[in-house]
Amino acid sequence: MKPEEISALLTEKFGARILESKLGVVSPWSVVEPAAILEVCQFLKFDDRVLMDHLELLGGVDYKDRIEVVYILYSMKHHHRYTLKVKLPRDNPKVRTVESVWGVANWHEREAYDMLGVEFEGHSDLRRILCPDDWEGYPLRRDYKFPTRYRDMPV
Amino acid sequence: MEVEYSGEVMTLNMGPQHPATHGVLRLELKTDGEVVAEAIPHIGYLHRCFEKHAENVDYPGVIPFTDRLDYVAAMNQELGYVLAVEKLMGIQVNNRVHCIRIIMAELNRIASHLLAAGTYGNDIGSITPFLHCFRDREMILDFFEQTCGARLLYNYNWIGGLMFDLPPGLEEKIIEFLNYFEPLVDHLNRLLSYNHIFIKRTADVGILPPERAVFYGVTGPNLRGSGVEFDVRKDEPYLGYEDYDFEVPVGKGEFGPIGSCFDRYIVRILEVKQSCKITRQAIAKLTPGDVQEAIPKKVKPPAGEVYMRTECPRGELGYYLVSDGGTKPYRVKVKSPCFATMSAFREISRGAMISDIVAIVGSIDIVLGEIDR
Repeated sequence: MKPEEISALLTEKFGARILESKLGVVSPWSVVEPAAILEVCQFLKFDDRVLMDHLELLGGVDYKDRIEVVYILYSMKHHHRYTLKVKLPRDNPKVRTVESVWGVANWHEREAYDMLGVEFEGHSDLRRILCPDDWEGYPLRRDYKFPTRYRDMPV
Repeated sequence: MEVEYSGEVMTLNMGPQHPATHGVLRLELKTDGEVVAEAIPHIGYLHRCFEKHAENVDYPGVIPFTDRLDYVAAMNQELGYVLAVEKLMGIQVNNRVHCIRIIMAELNRIASHLLAAGTYGNDIGSITPFLHCFRDREMILDFFEQTCGARLLYNYNWIGGLMFDLPPGLEEKIIEFLNYFEPLVDHLNRLLSYNHIFIKRTADVGILPPERAVFYGVTGPNLRGSGVEFDVRKDEPYLGYEDYDFEVPVGKGEFGPIGSCFDRYIVRILEVKQSCKITRQAIAKLTPGDVQEAIPKKVKPPAGEVYMRTECPRGELGYYLVSDGGTKPYRVKVKSPCFATMSAFREISRGAMISDIVAIVGSIDIVLGEIDR
């Protein structure tokens, strides 16, 4: 399927819960309402026309006024790709986990939590993954202040 | 095999400093005697803030950092990044650049797989193949040294071109090397792959069924070892891979269930042969040209975002770039193949023996630099 067709299918199925779409760029995307992300992902994975069985990437981007979580999906059978985004407030970013849809999301979500502080509701094991457990702050936020000491050691 | 369980679970830390974990990986093993009930991987010991660094240097300045992600296949790492930036800027490069990039990527794939096979043999208790593999890998590193002066971390692929053209006469030397090396793959098979002890240690161990492999986003030789024919070079060709004649080897479950450690290993050996084939074709396709003609004076991509993936020796390597129109990338997110593979580790290793954990870690061929970034 072409990105336009996937976008049309999403709008037909979920209507106003797809907030905006951008087509005609190198990587076309749609913005999904945060509360609907799990349903949209389940639909995209299990619907025979789309069959997005491969979660290529899940990551967060800090845009200073909001945090976006990006889901890049790919279908190994139909060979098409589509990008989903959710926009979250910076002070309390929360979104449902999709680890039940793609197992690899478990670790990707842990990384997004570790680096940007996005909380994934319903996640089975939401711990820091790359930084130590007692690390403070979220390093990939644009306003992150680099610490000078960690456990009394100069960094 | 009959195993007696005592019912008592002991926690044992394997790593971070353990020779068989291929870097600083810590596995928290919950064991009952020799049987591992759960192996929980803890990563991050080699975290060097790649993504944060990338936001603070300009686009060409990121390339040396990408080398340090997967330091045994640095050509492939920088290739992925460079292609992502070129896709965002819409740069077209000439045929010579394409061919040299393919030659370098495939030679680096051979070197990386040789390292994987050699250290895997070493992990399982056979030291000689390790020496043979390293001897041949050294010859490939010599080619890289002659081309760009570095043996491990190259900074060779530039945005829009290459750092240097091939030195005179290198094509002949590579062909000579391939003539020497290709028969040695069969020699390695006799020495290690079809060795009775090696098969006993690997064929029935660490099974990853195809549907679980896809669920965990496993890619590359590990996915193909589970019998799924999926290769980015065929699936979504870049650099003109569609014009090359090569096969995608998959695991067939020769000695036991499909998706075992042996399948993952043998796929790499078969891939080495295919890479030799591709390298020969790329050398035949070399045309004269200027390798630096498309290098932009100033790298300033338009605002936007791009996702570009390439097939690196460990699987599908993706770069997600966000540009705000400036000279520095706004965000660089790496999709690391080893990271995805490692997330499946808990499931692969459940119920294995402690010594099999070593066999499993070796068979998935991880590089911690890429997992931790």
